[in-house]
Amino acid sequence: MSEPVALKLTAKDFKSDQEVRWCPGCGDYAILAAIQQFMPELNIPRERIVFVSGIGCSSRFPYYMNTYGMHSIHGRAPAIATGLSASRPDLSVWVVTGDGDALSIGGNHLIHALRRNVNLKILLFNNRIYGLTKGQYSPTSEVGKVTKSTPAGSADAPFNPLSLALGAEATFVGRTIDSDRKHLQSVLRAAAEHQGSAFVEIYQNCNIFNDGAFEQLKEPATRDDFLIRLEHGQPITFGKDGQFCVVHPPGGFGLEVRETASVSPGEIVVHDATVADPAYAFALSRLPGLDLRNTPIGVFRSVDRPSYDSVVQGQLAEAKAKVTETPEQQLAGLLASGDTWTIR
Amino acid sequence: MTKQIRQLDRVVIRFAGDSGDGMQLTGDRFTSETAQLGNDISTLPNFPAEIRAPAGTLPGVSSFQVHFADYDILTPGDSPNVLVAMNPAALKANLADLPRGADIIVNTDEFTKRNLAKVGYQSSPLEDDSLAGYVVHPVALTSMTVGALAEQAVSKKDAERAKNMFALGLLSWMYNRPYESTLRFLERKFAARPELVAANVAAFRAGWNFGETTEDFAVRYEVKPAKMRPGTYRNITGNAALSLGLVAAGVRSGLPVFLGAYPITPASDILHELSKHKRFGVLTMQAEDEIAAVGAALGASYGGSLGVTTTSGPGVALKSETISLAVALELPLVIVDVQRAGPSTGMPTKTEQADLNMALYGRHGEAPVAVIAPKSPADCFHAALEAARIALTYRTPVILLSDNYVANGSEPWLLPDVESLPDLRVEFATKPNGDDGTTFLPYLRDPQTLARPWAVPGTAGLEHRIGGLEKADKTGDISYDPANHDFMVRTRAARIETIPVPDVEVEDPDGDARVLVLGWGSTYGPIGAACRGLRQRGHAIAQAHLRHLAPMPANLGEVLRSYDRVVVPEMNLGQLAHVIRARYLVDAIGYNQVRGLPFTAAELETMLEEVLKNV
Repeated sequence: MSEPVALKLTAKDFKSDQEVRWCPGCGDYAILAAIQQFMPELNIPRERIVFVSGIGCSSRFPYYMNTYGMHSIHGRAPAIATGLSASRPDLSVWVVTGDGDALSIGGNHLIHALRRNVNLKILLFNNRIYGLTKGQYSPTSEVGKVTKSTPAGSADAPFNPLSLALGAEATFVGRTIDSDRKHLQSVLRAAAEHQGSAFVEIYQNCNIFNDGAFEQLKEPATRDDFLIRLEHGQPITFGKDGQFCVVHPPGGFGLEVRETASVSPGEIVVHDATVADPAYAFALSRLPGLDLRNTPIGVFRSVDRPSYDSVVQGQLAEAKAKVTETPEQQLAGLLASGDTWTIR
Repeated sequence: MTKQIRQLDRVVIRFAGDSGDGMQLTGDRFTSETAQLGNDISTLPNFPAEIRAPAGTLPGVSSFQVHFADYDILTPGDSPNVLVAMNPAALKANLADLPRGADIIVNTDEFTKRNLAKVGYQSSPLEDDSLAGYVVHPVALTSMTVGALAEQAVSKKDAERAKNMFALGLLSWMYNRPYESTLRFLERKFAARPELVAANVAAFRAGWNFGETTEDFAVRYEVKPAKMRPGTYRNITGNAALSLGLVAAGVRSGLPVFLGAYPITPASDILHELSKHKRFGVLTMQAEDEIAAVGAALGASYGGSLGVTTTSGPGVALKSETISLAVALELPLVIVDVQRAGPSTGMPTKTEQADLNMALYGRHGEAPVAVIAPKSPADCFHAALEAARIALTYRTPVILLSDNYVANGSEPWLLPDVESLPDLRVEFATKPNGDDGTTFLPYLRDPQTLARPWAVPGTAGLEHRIGGLEKADKTGDISYDPANHDFMVRTRAARIETIPVPDVEVEDPDGDARVLVLGWGSTYGPIGAACRGLRQRGHAIAQAHLRHLAPMPANLGEVLRSYDRVVVPEMNLGQLAHVIRARYLVDAIGYNQVRGLPFTAAELETMLEEVLKNV
C-alpha cells in the first residue's frame, strides 16, 4: 500500500454551518471542540466519516460536524450504525450517545453492538441526568437522587457503564472527561486506531440539571487524589505525590487501592490493557466509590478480535470470489434451480 | 394384476399426521412429482406452532394439502378427495373437512387403544360404522415399512420413520406420478448417510409395489397435464419467491441487498433463504430484536444498499418508530410483513389479513408509506420487485403485505426471463445541486418523482446531516417554521399519493355484471375460483383485485362506481372495505372471516350468489 496522502485538514474543516444550540456552559461544547480539533489527525477525508446519534442533548452532535451525519431516534443509533458500518466497511462510523439514550432506551442495541464487535466508535456522554427532557434521573444517577420525577429520591441502582460494556465483552473500553482536552483526545486517538467496537465514556457536566456531578475529578485541589490515570505498561499509582496505588489483594477477586508506602513495589499492578480476560478491566471499573474517589480514566481494555464488519464482508468476498458469471447469468441460474419442468 | 385406470380432471389430497411424521416433506415431494407431470398445482400446508406437540394429540396434527388438475386452478381446494391419516388424531382433526365418498387411507398400526383414547375415541372408528360414508383403505403402514426394511442396515426407529415414504410411494402409484425427482431428492437429503438413502428408497418402492399388488386399491387415477403457457416452470412457495424477488431486485438495481431480520413465524424462511445468496452481495444480519433489524436496514440504505427487513405483524408494531424515521429521512426501505393471525402472539402459523390498517396508518404523525400485496405464491416474486422499484425510485419505505397462506402455499411459477425484469438502476447524487454550484441541498426534490437526492457517505462535497427533526424544504436544515412544516407534511403525502401505479383491471368476461367483488392480497385464488363457479352456472359477476393499497390505482373510484354492488371479502373485520367507503363513498359490503384459514371458494360462491339474488 502506498503512503496515504496528508489531507491537511484543520478543526475548521469539521465545523458545520449550523449554530450550536446547547445551553451556555454545557460540557458538550468542550467535547465538540476537542473532537473537531482531533479529527484532522485521523487523516480520513470528511466524506468518509459519519456521525450517527440517537436522541438527547448529546445527540445533536452530528448537526455540528461537517461530515456525513444522522440524528436518528432514541436509543437506536448503534443499530442504525451497525447496518451502515457492516455494509460500508470503507467508512469511519462514530456513534454519539448519552446515558439515557445508550443505557436506558437503547441498552439492548449497545450491548449487542459491543458483543458483535461492530467497527463503531461509541462516545457516551455521561452527565448522570436527563437534560433534554428537563431533569429526570437517568440510569447512571446515584441512588436516592432527587429529581423532578423522583421527589423522594430515586429507588433504582445505577449502571456502571464501563462494567456493563465489559460484561458485554467490548474489545475497547475507555473513560475520559469533558474538561481535559488533552486526555480526551488521547483516548479518542486510541479508540480510532482500534479495529472493532470502541466504547468511550466521557464524563460530561450538565450545568443546568446536574451541575458539578464530576467536580471532584476536575477541582485542582482534589482531582489528583481522586483520579487514577491509566497508562499501559505503567504501575498504577496516583495521588498528588503518588501516595496511592492499585494492588491485587491475595485471595480477593478484584483490585484494591492501598497506600503506596504500605506495599512493596512488586505488588503494584502494572496496567495492561491487552489482558484477554475482561475480569481485569472489570475490576478496574469497580474501583470508584460513591464519592468518585479512585476513578480510573484512560484505556481500560484494548484487545484484538475480528470485527463483525470484517467477518461478514469476508463471507461475502469469499462467496463472490467463486463467481464467474455476470449477475444476470447467476440470477437466471438461481431462478431455475431446484426441480423444473418445461412446457413446449 | 392389471388395474383399471380412471381419468380425473382434478384431485385434492391431504396428507395428515403427527408433526414428527414428516407430512410437510411428503406433501412437498408429491407436489414436486406432480409438477414434473405438468399438472397445475396449488398447495396449503397447515401445521401447529409447536415444533413437537405431544405425539398423537389433536394439537400436534400437521397436514399438507395439494390440489392438482388438468386445467389452471386458483386454490388448494376446498375439501380433499383423499385423506392420508397417519394416526387417529390426524383422522379426527380432518374428517369434518371430507365430503362423503372421499377416500381415507389410514395407518392402522397407530390405531391402538392408547392412541384412540388420547383423542377421545371410545371405540376404533375403523371398527364401528362411523366411517360408513367414506371409502376406507386400512393399511398397516408402519409395520409394512419396518418389514420392507428388514434387510436394511438401519435401526427400527429409522425404519419406522421411513413410513412417510411408504405412504408417498403408495400415493405416487395411485396417481401415476413420475418419481425420479423424489429418488434424486432422497439421495441429496441423506447424502451423508447412504444407509438412509437406501432405506427411504426401499420404503418408497414398497409403498408403490403395495399399491400395485393389493386388491384394496383396484383403481389407478390419471390427471393429464394442464394446458399451461410454454416455458420453464418450478413449483415455488411465496416465501421462496419473495426471497428470489429481493435477490433479483439487487441484481436489477446493481445495489447490494441488506436484510436485517429477527426470527419470527411465518417470515423466518426469507431470512434463511437470503442468507444463502452471499455471492449476489446479499448481506443478512440476524439482529438482536425487531427494532435493530429495521434500524440496521435503514442504516444500510443510508449507505447505499437496498435495505430490507422481514417480519410478521408483531414485528411491524415494534418497527413503527423507525419506519416513521425513514419517512422523514426519505430513504428507500422495504418492510415485508408476512401476516399471521393476531392480535399479540395470536395464532402464529395461521393466516390473516388484519395488518392492513397498521400498514396504512400504524405510525405516529402524518407518515404515509406505499403498501402493496402479492396475490399468490409466485406473485410474491414480482411483488418484491415492485416494492423495491417504488422504494428506490421514490425514496420511501414500502410495506409489502404477504400472509401465511401465500408464504407457505405453493404453485407452479413460469420462470421469467431475467432481461425482462424491470430495470431498477438508480443514480446517486454526485455533485452539488444548488444554484451556486457549490451548495448541496439534500431536500431539493426531483420535480417528477418528488424524491430527494440519495447522497451516500463517501461522496466528496455532499457532506450533509439528516435526522428525525423537521427539515426545511430544500436545505434540510432543522426547521420549526409553521408554514414549512405544513408544506413538508403535505409534500410527503403527495409523494406517496402521486406514485404512478397501474390501473386496476376488472375481469368481467361478458361485460354485463352488476356486482363487483374486490379483493386484495392472498384472497385472489378463492375469489377467482368462486367467480368462475358462478359464471359456469350462468351468473354475471366481475372481479377486481388490488395489488397497490397505497397509493390506490387512479381508476379505482370509477370502477367501483360502475357497479350496483361492491363486495369486499377479507380475512379481517373489514379493513379494506372501510377504506373504500371512506375514500370513494361507495357502500361496499364486507364479507369477513378470521378463522386463521383461507376462504373456501364454495363459501364465497354461496355468499356471492345471495348478493346476486338481491341486486
